[in-house]
Amino acid sequence: MKGMRWTKKHIISINDFSRDEIDFVLEKSGILEKKLGSSSTSSLMNGKILANLFFEPSTRTRMSFEAAMKRLGGITIGFDHPGISSEVKGETIADTVRIVSGYADVIVIRHPIEGSARLASEYSDVPVINGGDGANQHPTQTLLDLYTIKKEFERIDGLDICIVGDLKYGRTVHSLTSALENYDVRIRFISPKELRAPRQIVKSLSDRGIEVKEATKLNLKNSDVIYVTRIQKERFPDPQEYERVKGAFILNLNSLEGIRENAIIMHPLPRVSEISTDIDATKHARYFEQAKNGIPVRMALLCLVCDIKFW
Amino acid sequence: MEKKDKILKIKTIKNGIVIDHIKRGKAPDVLKILGIDDNFRDALTFAMNVPSRDLGKKDIVKVENRDIDTSEINKIAIIAPDATINIIKDYRVVKKEKVTLPEQITGIIKCPNPKCITNKEREPITSIFMVKQINPLILVCKYCEREVSSGILSYIKAP
Repeated sequence: MKGMRWTKKHIISINDFSRDEIDFVLEKSGILEKKLGSSSTSSLMNGKILANLFFEPSTRTRMSFEAAMKRLGGITIGFDHPGISSEVKGETIADTVRIVSGYADVIVIRHPIEGSARLASEYSDVPVINGGDGANQHPTQTLLDLYTIKKEFERIDGLDICIVGDLKYGRTVHSLTSALENYDVRIRFISPKELRAPRQIVKSLSDRGIEVKEATKLNLKNSDVIYVTRIQKERFPDPQEYERVKGAFILNLNSLEGIRENAIIMHPLPRVSEISTDIDATKHARYFEQAKNGIPVRMALLCLVCDIKFW
Repeated sequence: MEKKDKILKIKTIKNGIVIDHIKRGKAPDVLKILGIDDNFRDALTFAMNVPSRDLGKKDIVKVENRDIDTSEINKIAIIAPDATINIIKDYRVVKKEKVTLPEQITGIIKCPNPKCITNKEREPITSIFMVKQINPLILVCKYCEREVSSGILSYIKAP
């Protein structure tokens, strides 16, 4: 949005974003990607330090932030294993963040306790980016999902979006649908009945005038975006039930029959068996590119919260 | 005799509080918030399902020799958002105020999510709930973003 002033200091939850702010991030991510290309580096963040506080392991998110910061010419410090942090000595998150905000220009925090990133932002003098707080939020994942969709179709409005898998517990799904409330889309949820989307999510989408359909059979026709998530074994009290359900939600070449020519398949990764590997070579697979899109999106966010202008 | 009994039941109180316009059926919850149980020794009157012009039906609670503080008023606002509090001194209403539900409820509700940071000991944090919708009431934890809509009374912290 022309002339819009960036107002976010911290990136904690996708629910803190207006549509204008989401569109602003997506547009700026596109500018950075075009400007730098995937292999170049810049000096936009020269002399700046990113602290990665990973209280639980997450190789991809951590490496993605690290790569983004380094491509911007900045450096990273931090830990990626709770055993190394002072938490094992009994230090509070608030204290850790207070101290680290004196060392770094921006902090990325990942912690299994829900709400930890919001707390961290209240005790930090420098911007805090949530890299995942338990089952709650992972806003940069949602922004890179939206970026992938927009990059592909040059719009989000008017698309048919089909979301498959664990819709009940999946953090990614909840954040994505929450962000999609800002757009004029049609959504089809496909899941086993045990893992249906929470009622308040369906209601919230419907209240915003979004057409929502729910199904328990895998039918991917008439979709522009097919967003697949993993169904986790531990969600089922009966292992046999899991085995029965799992097979019905695996995407293979057969399930792609009759889908739209330009449909794309997305997945937040890691994938286990829910997308068969023979789909990887099809023109529809977009999940590896989606992961790669995390770099320009995180680069843009790092610049925005650090007040570095690149456009 | 019957007439006298009726007068006794509805008589005004000398000193204390009258909580009026309580949402129908919520009088027992108001008593819980006030910490009034069978150990309470002063006069207590409460009426349920009384006809009301605004609410259709309402509950009323009258408590002798009892004051009320801001924290209790805020808690009552959560379960009975239309309630009015009357402070009685010497048979006269000396103060009358309508409860108001603030946009943000601080320190009153314990988050039902055991994995929420507000339930983690030692962190310097107070629970904060945002009012997402008033009728029916939906609250959202500022930290873990969990929504609370039913059984809110059970999450209100004890006096």
